[in-house]
Amino acid sequence: MIAQPGTAIWFAQHEWRLVWRDWVAMMSGGRRKRLRRAIVAITIFIVFMHFVAYWMVGRFAGAIPDEATLVTISASVLLSWLLMISQAMETTTRAFYARSDLDLILASPTAAGKVFAVRIVTVALSMALMALPLAAPFIDILIARGGWRWLGAYGLIAAMGATATALAVALSVALFRVIGAKRTRFVAQVVAAVIGAAFVIGLQIAAILSYGTISRLSVLQSQTLLARLPDTGSVVWWPARAALGDGTALLGVLALSFALLAVTIAFVAPRFGDYAIAAAGVDTIAALQVRRRRAIQPTSPGQALRMKEWTLLRRDPWLVSQTLMQMLYLIPPALLLWRSFDDGNGVYQLLVPVLVMAAGQLAGGLAWLAISGEDAPDLVASAPIPGSFVIRAKIEAVLGVVAAVFAPLVAVLAVASLWHALVTAVGIVIAAAAATSIQLWFRTQAKRSQFRRRQVSSRLATFAEAFSSIGWAATAAVAAASLWLAIAPAVLALLVVIGTWLMSPRPQHA
Amino acid sequence: MQHVAAPFALELAGLVKRFDRPAVDGLNLSVRAGEFYALLGPNGAGKTTTLRMIAGLLRPDAGSIRVAGIDALADPVAAKRMMAWISDEPMIYDKLTPREYLEFVAGLWGVAPALAETRAQELLDWLKLAPHAQERCEGFSKGMRQKVALAGALIHEPRLIILDEPLTGLDAGSARQVKSVLRERVRAGGTVIMTTHILEVAERMADRIGVITRGKLIAEGTLEELRLRVGESATADGGASLEDTFLALVAEPAEAA
Repeated sequence: MIAQPGTAIWFAQHEWRLVWRDWVAMMSGGRRKRLRRAIVAITIFIVFMHFVAYWMVGRFAGAIPDEATLVTISASVLLSWLLMISQAMETTTRAFYARSDLDLILASPTAAGKVFAVRIVTVALSMALMALPLAAPFIDILIARGGWRWLGAYGLIAAMGATATALAVALSVALFRVIGAKRTRFVAQVVAAVIGAAFVIGLQIAAILSYGTISRLSVLQSQTLLARLPDTGSVVWWPARAALGDGTALLGVLALSFALLAVTIAFVAPRFGDYAIAAAGVDTIAALQVRRRRAIQPTSPGQALRMKEWTLLRRDPWLVSQTLMQMLYLIPPALLLWRSFDDGNGVYQLLVPVLVMAAGQLAGGLAWLAISGEDAPDLVASAPIPGSFVIRAKIEAVLGVVAAVFAPLVAVLAVASLWHALVTAVGIVIAAAAATSIQLWFRTQAKRSQFRRRQVSSRLATFAEAFSSIGWAATAAVAAASLWLAIAPAVLALLVVIGTWLMSPRPQHA
Repeated sequence: MQHVAAPFALELAGLVKRFDRPAVDGLNLSVRAGEFYALLGPNGAGKTTTLRMIAGLLRPDAGSIRVAGIDALADPVAAKRMMAWISDEPMIYDKLTPREYLEFVAGLWGVAPALAETRAQELLDWLKLAPHAQERCEGFSKGMRQKVALAGALIHEPRLIILDEPLTGLDAGSARQVKSVLRERVRAGGTVIMTTHILEVAERMADRIGVITRGKLIAEGTLEELRLRVGESATADGGASLEDTFLALVAEPAEAA
């Protein structure tokens, strides 16, 4: 059914068509066969997640709303909600700055507020839908084993999507008003990244400082925390109670959430066009001045390429925020290292895989930027230097950043335990080299701005990069205890890398 | 390495490139040193594919490419040292300033720093980019971006400049500036090969014009020679325009097919 043009429903249909096609393109990379494969893979994933959910939460299906249960559910809800806010903020910021159809909308005689109201509702719905593949298996298992009362958890997800979007929109608009269009893009992206990581990291830091362990649950179940929490009848526990099937709490949470979203829409949507127009001027008004003006330095082509990569990375706020995410995850292990510096106990064992894994992930992201995300491929390809030389210089640029980030941590670790530092250093080199190689084998031509969707071009490369990093992290963890035992995970990690190479497309040289 | 000045800046012989169909089909073409050569053809004729093969961005399936006497397929690095490539979509780095971009290109082509410094300043002044030299390119208009790309192409003083639709989307002022830079370059002994859909540009600027369709060179020569080739359906006021000539030329193979 096609709604009357210009109505909210008509805009909603338009929005959903765009969202759907965007999702299909992301899953399929524009190929029908890939879409079928992606659907099969998602189905398998969801079925698999049901087994995981059965193993993880099956025994809690009969849970009663006591203090410990409410704390655990609330913490899980808060974690998911923070991630939703992070995602919603990114989507909202893109809505301000992505110019694909804003010019058309703002130039049309339609009330822009209506369009933006629909767009905000779409963000809320997509936030809830995105959470479903991960949350649904757990809820299904709880319903199957604990009864229909757990259906309330689905209602809670809808409420979480609504409040996360409302807060994200409000936060973005507040940033817009306080610091202006120019800075909001950068700050909002960093804030989104930090919010997404903050809860987990905060809990880990609290756990480390209090208990010397990196487990998140230890701090949640501590008597100190439980003693300070409000009574189980408090409104604070409504979301957790809603998930447990308390009808009153569910209705309350839903009513509050949708009211919050409605107020946000009523307040923001009519002004959204003004913000978008202000954001549109960001690129064309006074470009950023680079104060330093120095003479051209003697550089080899290799140096020129490395310097270019580092300069571009340094100047890209979005990439900085992505890198910052990786760095944030290093705070807990760094803190653990600091706390346990004098103990000389087995805590270093825990640090080795964390550092190796982080190095692999960081190297993978940077390698994509340097190798695939080249904004002037023709310029570099038409330069009088061999292609292999270009690739080598770019790899050196990537490994240079990885070394700069991890060398201080390894150096501190070396003072505490030379053996663990050595294993970590070797692990970091191998994991970074493997991730870089995978990105090299699956290199494609893309704009740096497509970094967020880099996994779309090859899911195989994305999974291979993740499994390789996990494999080398496991190898390093085992190697720190016993070199011989590490052979098995090393062989597995190596098989992942070799298998990826065998499946990679053959390069077509110019 | 010193190369003896070759009479031809560019020689293509039997150049072939197939995708799902032949894009370039046994192309033979020679451009003399110091010549402004315009390559014309309808959409999908194989112009860009040809230029990309010359610039070393695509490997031909068959044939040979010689740039200033150097076999570009056997020694691509030496050939690339002689050339500069500019596409219709200027590929520059948003986060670099024009100065930094020029420094980067100079580094890639191994230009001595002092020389690069002088040339960079000259080019920035010449192209009226000096006031924006310290601004990042992200806010630049299409014309300014094209001028930055052009400055990058000239900083290493190439013997052969290859341009694919360089005037697309430029305003009149920017287009005139780009044309004057290219003319200046040819006056100084450089060679320019350019594709364009703006026939007036080819008519005014090119020493010789090549017409390519379906991957083959179907006609070549000065504007007068091309007019004669189509049987001079000359108008009373002294001759057919390049547009008339071009349309007549590309219609010939279509009718034959």
